[in-house]
Amino acid sequence: MTDFANEKLTRRSLLTAIGLAGGTAAMYDAMLSMGYAANSDFTGPITLQGNAKDASVVILGAGIAGMVAAYEMRKAGYKVKILEFNNRPGGRNWSLHAGDSYTDIGGTTQKVDFAPGQYFNPGPWRLPYHHQGILHYCKMLNVPLESFVMYNNAALVHSANAFGGKPKRFREVAADYEGHISELLAKATSQNKLDDQLDKDEKDGLLQMLKSWGALDKNYEYRKGDQSSDFRGYDVPPGGGLQAGPVPSDIMPRKELFNSSLWNALYFPKQWDFQGQLFQPKGGMGEIGKAFGKLLNGVIQYDCKVTNVHQDETGVTVTYIDSKTGGAPKTEKADWCVNTIPVSVLSQIPMNVGPKMRAAIDSLPYLPAVKVGLQFKRRFWEEDDNIYGGNTYTDQPIFNISYPSHGFFEKGPAVLLGAYIYRSGMRVYNFEALSAKEQIEAALEQGSKIHPQYRAEFMNGVAVAWHRVPWTLGCSGLWNDALREKHYADMCAVDNRIVLAGEHCSHLMAWQEGSVLSALDAITRLHKRVMSA
Amino acid sequence: MKTRTLLLAAMLSPIATGAMAQANRNQFPQQGGEALYKGICQDCHMPDGRGAEGAGHYPALAKNPKLAEPGYPISVVTQGLKSMPAFGGAMSDQQIADVVNYVRTHFGNTYKDTVKPEDVKNAR
Repeated sequence: MTDFANEKLTRRSLLTAIGLAGGTAAMYDAMLSMGYAANSDFTGPITLQGNAKDASVVILGAGIAGMVAAYEMRKAGYKVKILEFNNRPGGRNWSLHAGDSYTDIGGTTQKVDFAPGQYFNPGPWRLPYHHQGILHYCKMLNVPLESFVMYNNAALVHSANAFGGKPKRFREVAADYEGHISELLAKATSQNKLDDQLDKDEKDGLLQMLKSWGALDKNYEYRKGDQSSDFRGYDVPPGGGLQAGPVPSDIMPRKELFNSSLWNALYFPKQWDFQGQLFQPKGGMGEIGKAFGKLLNGVIQYDCKVTNVHQDETGVTVTYIDSKTGGAPKTEKADWCVNTIPVSVLSQIPMNVGPKMRAAIDSLPYLPAVKVGLQFKRRFWEEDDNIYGGNTYTDQPIFNISYPSHGFFEKGPAVLLGAYIYRSGMRVYNFEALSAKEQIEAALEQGSKIHPQYRAEFMNGVAVAWHRVPWTLGCSGLWNDALREKHYADMCAVDNRIVLAGEHCSHLMAWQEGSVLSALDAITRLHKRVMSA
Repeated sequence: MKTRTLLLAAMLSPIATGAMAQANRNQFPQQGGEALYKGICQDCHMPDGRGAEGAGHYPALAKNPKLAEPGYPISVVTQGLKSMPAFGGAMSDQQIADVVNYVRTHFGNTYKDTVKPEDVKNAR
């Protein structure tokens, strides 16, 4: 440990080491945990200076990046046209409601049999307060936002290998770790074991802090009692009138807790991406895409499968066919092109760009991810367990259960996120390879270990495995440091008349904020070129 | 150094339970060609190996002439190709040999030459 403590590890060298040791999945986990993958530099709405004088631009993809580009370029005087593969705007900004259906690339169709008003976001689902770019467009589009509950002290932490597989409340796990750690540190301090590092004033200050922060008793010990129960909750909470007084709860034994992996869940509320306040659009994340689509009415042509992108000195010609019926190829010509097609798909489409951009497009794998939405007859998590929104974590493959942040106390069916699998190493691929039916069954089976009510209350579900989504072939670009160093700049550079945009052209992997910032940056550079042409 | 980097990876990773768990979860547990195919490959190439078509496509493995030369599938599985992820770090030589042999003898493919783990090792 001394060796480790003395070693000067930069964040980059650490990431490289992790990449070598654990492969891409470990690297991605590490990048997320270090907050490296998500910094928004949005400083306000952009204005493209100088009139484009009817220069034309064809934009490929009506996702967030494509629609931001279209809106801003139209404002600057461009003639704008978007070609979109789907028959709706939004791309990965997408919610499934009652009556919707989803057909994956293998031809499996799932009908969404939710109650009216219920929905499930297969893609993005939360907006951190510091993602000011996407929040700006929500405000501009009058998309009403509500609170997204990320952290709930009453939500659960579960490990199949700890405490007999019995889930614990977040408040219990957090209080007991902090209590036990505080007691140990207080002991070391008062037994003078840290004297080479702390002077007397520091020791006094630290002990005072530990007593309060760790809920220690007057002997600086973490014990069952009023202090600890005030943090972790009571067996019998304080009552009124002649009811029994509060009965404190048992704390988890230090050894069993420290031997568990429950600490893993405590990391989430600490991470910048997931710190409150977070938001969600009322009625589903897809409301942003829908509102953008309305604003760009007439600009977007749906059901277009792009088959070729060709540029020469006179402009860009995009060839496409009807994505549903095929048929004869058609073309769309413009002076410039903003291409937001995910490179997992774009790598298969002929496009005459330089070798550097081509190498970048061909180099980037896409993150595997699965989400399962489950509809239950009632909100048993609220009614039986007092859990109102927030996230439960488990070391089972389903990883994450998320309770709806809307419709609190409502009677009748409700949909929760029954699995969100993206950071479980190679298990994600194994889960993706299951059929949708098997994914729903696995979510039920594993979720039952946490909520025994699952089987009796279950109505129906929807599962989306992102490698089988026909228009993305994966969830999001999966950069690592080595790939980024080699290809990122070439991916983002303007290649004659073509520029790429999307979350894959950002440092905010899989976040809509990345799509916004990438689009704004790409069109700013493209516009500069147009103005100087 | 190796122990330390594994430990660091485990420390930074939110759902690992230690260095061993971290190592394991980045390896596929499936053994044998069929289990590997069903556990991984069929996600995109489909249970019957026919591939699939959307905005982009997943190539068919059924009767795919590119499988005639075993070096090609070994390289694609190990190093990846475009949207196909590289699985070389997540699978042993034996696992890669097994899954390549499975694909080359199913879905209408009847290649007789068998890939050995050494072939994979040499191709890495």
